[in-house]
Formats: sequence, structure tokens, C-alpha cells
Amino acid sequence: MLELYISIFVKSVFIENMALAFFLGMCTFLAVSKKVDTALGLGIAVIVVQTITVPANHLIYQYILKEGALSWANMPDVNLSFLGLISYIGVIAAMVQILEMVLDKYFPPLYNALGVFLPLITVNCAILAGSLFMVERDYNFGESVVYGVGSGTGWALAIVLLAGIREKMKYSDVPGGLKGLGITFIVVGLMSMGFMAFGGIQL
Amino acid sequence: MAKAREVLFDPVFKNNPIALQVLGICSALAVTSKLETVIVMSIALTFVTTFANGAVSLIRNHIPNAIRIIVQMTIIASLVIIVDQVLKAYAFQISKQLSVFVGLIITNCIVMGRTEAYAMKNGVFSSMLDGIGNGLGYSIILITVGVIRELFGSGKLLGMTVFKVSTEGGWYIPNGLMLLAPSAFFIIGLIIWALRTWKKDQVEED
Repeated sequence: MLELYISIFVKSVFIENMALAFFLGMCTFLAVSKKVDTALGLGIAVIVVQTITVPANHLIYQYILKEGALSWANMPDVNLSFLGLISYIGVIAAMVQILEMVLDKYFPPLYNALGVFLPLITVNCAILAGSLFMVERDYNFGESVVYGVGSGTGWALAIVLLAGIREKMKYSDVPGGLKGLGITFIVVGLMSMGFMAFGGIQL
Repeated sequence: MAKAREVLFDPVFKNNPIALQVLGICSALAVTSKLETVIVMSIALTFVTTFANGAVSLIRNHIPNAIRIIVQMTIIASLVIIVDQVLKAYAFQISKQLSVFVGLIITNCIVMGRTEAYAMKNGVFSSMLDGIGNGLGYSIILITVGVIRELFGSGKLLGMTVFKVSTEGGWYIPNGLMLLAPSAFFIIGLIIWALRTWKKDQVEED
């Protein structure tokens, strides 16, 4: 059992990295990766939200939306899976909102550190994709917790690495048209090639 | 009329959502290894932006400011569900290939960005034009990337052989890297470079 969890974790961090293999959460990935500090703050926020929302959406899918899932309420023929997308995004928006309030009340330093990034997470595709992949791959509850932690960690790792590179890149002489966005894309491409080296690992 | 044209065509080259506004790169890149999925994705996104812009603009004076994000999100999510269900019914193969990426149109920043920045302030007609324009701007980049990747990666376009590959007795040795994730980043980086060399005012200062 433990082996299975470890393999899901390693796979979601390195082999199927959300940012570098699936291009998810790219908007924030490119926009907030100018400094390591802010990148780290956002990365931690993503890990936290991902760890909560993936299992939460798992429960909703398993006990409300899935075909025949409502049999505990004497409605075995109801299939609500078409409502999936709208409920996942609702759960994510609500979770982010709740998390914001809880942090504000009980952990003010962390709340101040994360600041503007929390609301931004609602529209981060990596979060929604985590829930969608979880449904598509039919993970059970334990697996979905591990997958949530792993995919969040992978994304955080990637954005911190990119921020480090971009900080160093300030000292490089980049051709005019490539400045800013262009060169960032090329750098991400190279990083993604690096991460592909994990691809052959069999677990 | 001149304004309508501006609204429609500005996002294509002058203010491209992907190359300049850095919006909507998220769900886009992963579907570009084949032209067929690219075209379906582009149509889906253009449909969603157009109607989301239209719907938001229609009720823009009745949306309380505090909950506008949720309202926009709900409208977008409903439209995406329609697209998803239609694809599942009429193009099941393609919908399988696109897997989660149709759903990810919800969090595609182009849609949210345009409803928030444009549709909340403008009339229905010009908002819908703006949606079409941004959909086109997105499609043009995506299709370019898709053509390059499929042509050089497998020697085919839309499944038809253009370059006969060496394993089938032809002359072309396919470049496997083109089918993998990193190539999409390189191609978009180069497209941005080309676009900014052509239109100098888009160059970023640091």
C-alpha cells in the first residue's frame, strides 16, 4: 500500500509535473515567477489548496455526482456527472475563500505572506486539473490525498526553479524581441526537457 | 463600423491574447501536438469567449460588484459544460483525446480576462465581437504551433501524409521532439520573438 502511495507521489512530482509536462497553471507560472520569495509563497499556497480540494472533490464525485452514487438517498438511477465541472470549480472557489478566512483569523503571518496569491489560485488551471485528473484516473480517497500533495509540490518546485533562473537571467544580454516573455518560454522549454529525463523511470 | 473592425481584429496581431497579454496559455499548449485537436479546441474556446462575453455584457448592470467573479465563473462553466456534452455526443474520439482540457477552458484566463476587462464595461454587440476577436487571436497562434508540430513531428497534416516518413519507405525522418512537451514552449517563444521583431512597440523593457 505504501509503495503505491510513494509511486503516485513521485510520479506526480517529477514524471507528470503539472507545469512542465502538462502546461497547467501557466498564466500564474509565467506572471509570478520573477522573484524567488513570491514564487515560494505562491507555491506553498498551491500545495495547501491542492491538498484540500482534490480529496474534497473526490468525496463529492464519489457520493453525489457519480452514476449511481446517490443510491444512499434511494435514487440509484440518477447520474449527475455532467454537473462535475461546475461543482469542482465551486468547491475550489469556496475552499479558497474559507482558507483565506481561516488563515486571516488564526495564522495572520502566513496570511500576510500569501496575500494576493490566495484569490489568484481559484483561476489556476493546475488546481482544477488536479480534480479532473483525479476523476479521470479513478483514484480512491487515499490516493487522491497523495495525488493532491504530489501535484501541488511538483508545481511549487517548478515555479521556484523558474524564479531562480529568471533572477539570474537579469544579468544576461537577451536580444530585444526575446526579452521578457519570449526568453521565459525558451527557458521553460529547456526545464521541461530536463524534467523529461524522469520519464523513463518505472515505478 | 471602423470601431467594430478594430475590436474584431486588434486581438489577432496587435494585442494577441497569447503573445502579448500572456493569457490562456494554460490549457492550450498540451493539445497542440495534432492539428485536429487544435482546431476543435480553437472552435470551442471561440464559442465560449463569444457567448460568455455576450451573456456577461447583457447583465453587466445587474451584477453586484462583490460577487461578479462567481457570476462570471458560473456563466463560463455552464457554457463549457454545453461544449463538453456536445463533443462527447458528436465527436467522442476527439473528446477522449482532449480529455480534461475541455474542462480547463473554465480556468482559461482569456475567457475570464475578457469578461472582466471588456464585457463588464461594453455593450453586447461589441463584447461579442471582442470575444470572437480574442478567440481568433488564440486560434491563430494555436494553429501555427499545431501545424509545425504535426508536420515536423510525424510528417502528417490532419492525418494525411505530407512528408513520407522513412519507416514507410519515404525520405523524411520525423523529429520526435516535436511531439513532446518542450517543443511547444520553444515554438511559442520563437513566435513571440518573430512577432515582436515585426511589431517593435511590443518589446518589453526591463
